[in-house]
Amino acid sequence: MSDLLQISELSVCFGQGPRVVDSLSISIQEGETLALVGESGSGKSVSALSVLRLLDERHVSYPTGEIRFRGENLLTVSDKRLRQIRGQKISMIFQEPMTSLNPLHTVEKQIGETLALHRGMRGPQARERCLELLALVGIPNPESRLGSYPHQLSGGQKQRVMIAMALANEPDLMIADEPTTALDVTVQKQVLELLQELQQKMGMAILLITHDLSIVRRYADRVAVMEKGKLVEQGNTQRLFESPQHPYTRMLLDAEPPAAPATSPEGQEALLQVTDLDVRFTTQKTLFGKVKASFHAVRAVSFDVTKGQTLGIVGESGSGKTTIGHALLKLTASTGSIKLSGQELATLNQKQFRPWRRRIQIVFQDPFGSLNPRMSIAEVIEEGLTIHDADNLANHEHKVIQALKDVGLDPDSRHRYPHEFSGGQRQRIAIARALVLQPDLIVLDEPTSALDRTVQKQVIQLLRDIQTRYGLSYIFISHDLSVVRALSHKLLVLQNGSIVEYGNAADIFQAPQKAYTQELLSAALFYQNNTTTN
Amino acid sequence: MRITLSPIQRRRLQNFRANRRGYWSLWLFLILFGLSLMAELIANDSPLVISYQGELYFPIVQPISDETFGGFLPTEADYRDPFIASEINDNGWILWPPIPFSYNTINYNLNVPSPAPPSAVNWLGTDDQGRDVAARVIYGFRLSVLFGLTLTIASCIVGVIVGAIQGYYGGKTDLLGQRFIEIWSGLPVLYLLIILSSIVQPNFWWLLGIMLMFSWMGLVDVVRAEFLRARNFEYVKAARALGLGNRKIMFRHILPNAMVATLTFMPFILTGAITALTSLDFLGFGLPSGSPSLGELIAQGKANLHAPWLGISSFVSLSVMLTLLVFVGEAVRDAFDPRKN
Repeated sequence: MSDLLQISELSVCFGQGPRVVDSLSISIQEGETLALVGESGSGKSVSALSVLRLLDERHVSYPTGEIRFRGENLLTVSDKRLRQIRGQKISMIFQEPMTSLNPLHTVEKQIGETLALHRGMRGPQARERCLELLALVGIPNPESRLGSYPHQLSGGQKQRVMIAMALANEPDLMIADEPTTALDVTVQKQVLELLQELQQKMGMAILLITHDLSIVRRYADRVAVMEKGKLVEQGNTQRLFESPQHPYTRMLLDAEPPAAPATSPEGQEALLQVTDLDVRFTTQKTLFGKVKASFHAVRAVSFDVTKGQTLGIVGESGSGKTTIGHALLKLTASTGSIKLSGQELATLNQKQFRPWRRRIQIVFQDPFGSLNPRMSIAEVIEEGLTIHDADNLANHEHKVIQALKDVGLDPDSRHRYPHEFSGGQRQRIAIARALVLQPDLIVLDEPTSALDRTVQKQVIQLLRDIQTRYGLSYIFISHDLSVVRALSHKLLVLQNGSIVEYGNAADIFQAPQKAYTQELLSAALFYQNNTTTN
Repeated sequence: MRITLSPIQRRRLQNFRANRRGYWSLWLFLILFGLSLMAELIANDSPLVISYQGELYFPIVQPISDETFGGFLPTEADYRDPFIASEINDNGWILWPPIPFSYNTINYNLNVPSPAPPSAVNWLGTDDQGRDVAARVIYGFRLSVLFGLTLTIASCIVGVIVGAIQGYYGGKTDLLGQRFIEIWSGLPVLYLLIILSSIVQPNFWWLLGIMLMFSWMGLVDVVRAEFLRARNFEYVKAARALGLGNRKIMFRHILPNAMVATLTFMPFILTGAITALTSLDFLGFGLPSGSPSLGELIAQGKANLHAPWLGISSFVSLSVMLTLLVFVGEAVRDAFDPRKN
């Protein structure tokens, strides 16, 4: 068997820094799918980018190793030859379809560019090839899409266009760097299946980079596991999943979130009652402020949250789940009734609502954006206390320390700044900030989406512990059904701002009633089922 | 108060220091400005110290009457008067500042018609009213910088507040504010100044007020943009969710972001303010006549082309001052540039 791409003893450094990739040796055969997995910062993307030498050459250096593509060392090849290989023999698709297409170019122009560059195809010939490619990647009605700009396409369609661009010259190797991370689960499944189908049709090899092991199990032939720049294990997918050798691999495989939440005491009263919540965003106004057009983000949504329980809200992007969270906290204007312990909150203005904020807190998705980089951890956590507990200054430090202990962080680290912490630690800090006010309800807006699986599991465990310890209620907003399942007692499924299904989480997961829920569940849990049955 | 520099601030300070031209320009400028603040000790028509009949007098600190030195008038002594001078010198000594003229002292002992060329007495010559140019340059430098600094700080405060309010609240506030600024910036500043100076006699504070009315707009746009961007940051949302008031959110969470843009702009606003004052003085609509001003000196240089020391001194002092400030500004701008390592 011939090696299509052989990476041997590759090391990568940035500036004078340590080796980001250290003596990596992997090889890819013709027509196979190799998955490169690892947590963020393990060097998998850097390795992939160095195959095409796409890293900034001013900063990067390769102390050892070589990358041979059909025997040719890509690290020493001339720029001209490299450009011939890029897009022609080896092509790449990126994680973020929103930003990897040029917003000023039409679909035809983007795909046509690679065609013109490598094959000299122009005019009607190129147009025909574009149509062919768009049809190949399953874009319905390709003629009408040729003139579209990226913003007119959905996320899944953009990723398909990216794939069409990558396929344009029938490459021998496609590098897919987290191709589906930014997509909804249903779309994710479609895109991956498309890739697999195309691979069989065209016989190309795929280097799939991902942190999601469930995808790997389903689509990869072989797996290479990286930890901190080093290859720790590689092998057949089947073999690796069944008998992982390295403890790190075992930890990764073990990082699936637990299946069901802890049972909570029965017969508790409802803490929060929401009736007919409606949110509209104005998109167009007349000169005198009369609303001409608006976007109905949340339509007449009603739900209860029981004390000490978790309500999971799931839905694809744009379904209005985050908007509901923001409306509850009056970060977005809404109509309808919101009752906390029987007290109507919807009619309060911002000032009247301020004392209530102590009881409803929120944790945001992005652990990097939700902490002010200019404030130390102690200041971040204490801020809420200075508003709601201003008379009790002496007690603040003690409370901050307690909150840090609650979220499993070292209280001595409280004088450090957010950038000194990892993503998972920052999310703990954000939870501590909410927790220090002793709220009744915490809105968790995708708190684990930006984290690695292993860290995700820890955060979920933490949230469950805190819930049982303090009898907190959560509203858990996520698109990741496996995480939602691990925490939710009740479940609310949203589509385009309306409730599709609402009820006991266990019931819905077991026997979804509506077609949309079934589709969502099958796409999301497809991989998990696969894992458990094997 | 504990001053802890966050790593990013430390990096900026390092970047600033690494820019040697800007760093030394700052020191040079600070030294010149510090010296000019002590202008009374450098250029004055009163002596620094007088020893008369065994007693020490400090005429700069408090006026001493003519009678003290054996004169007849109860008014302040004129130390240039040969009688007083010889009286003191007989009974003690006089310590003069390096330049024995203040900005408004007229040297009546000129051997040539004014403007007199540079000499041992008047280092940079005199202007057409017989006043010492070196003294006027020192006082003029101080006045320009002080005016520029006051105007810069005042317009920064106003500009940041207006920009912050517009950017933070957005919507109608922003819309109305922006339209107002568009109209306001369309007003012809120079004509307004000319009209106003015919109604009131402009002094330092009048000029400052009038110019402030138009100079605050420079910063509004950048600060507004920064606030528009930052108000959707998650930590700002988190602060709102904690119940923090609008004013505190603006001050504590968003303003630090906008300060980068503000600090970067400040040296350039300063140079702009100095230039504006100079040009007004040059046109004769600036500070009242007799005040030490570089603009007025340029005007004199233009009127007296046969006395090049007037034009050259004002040109050199202005260009040194502005060049130093621009270098400092460039260094500050580069230090805040996140793409620079």
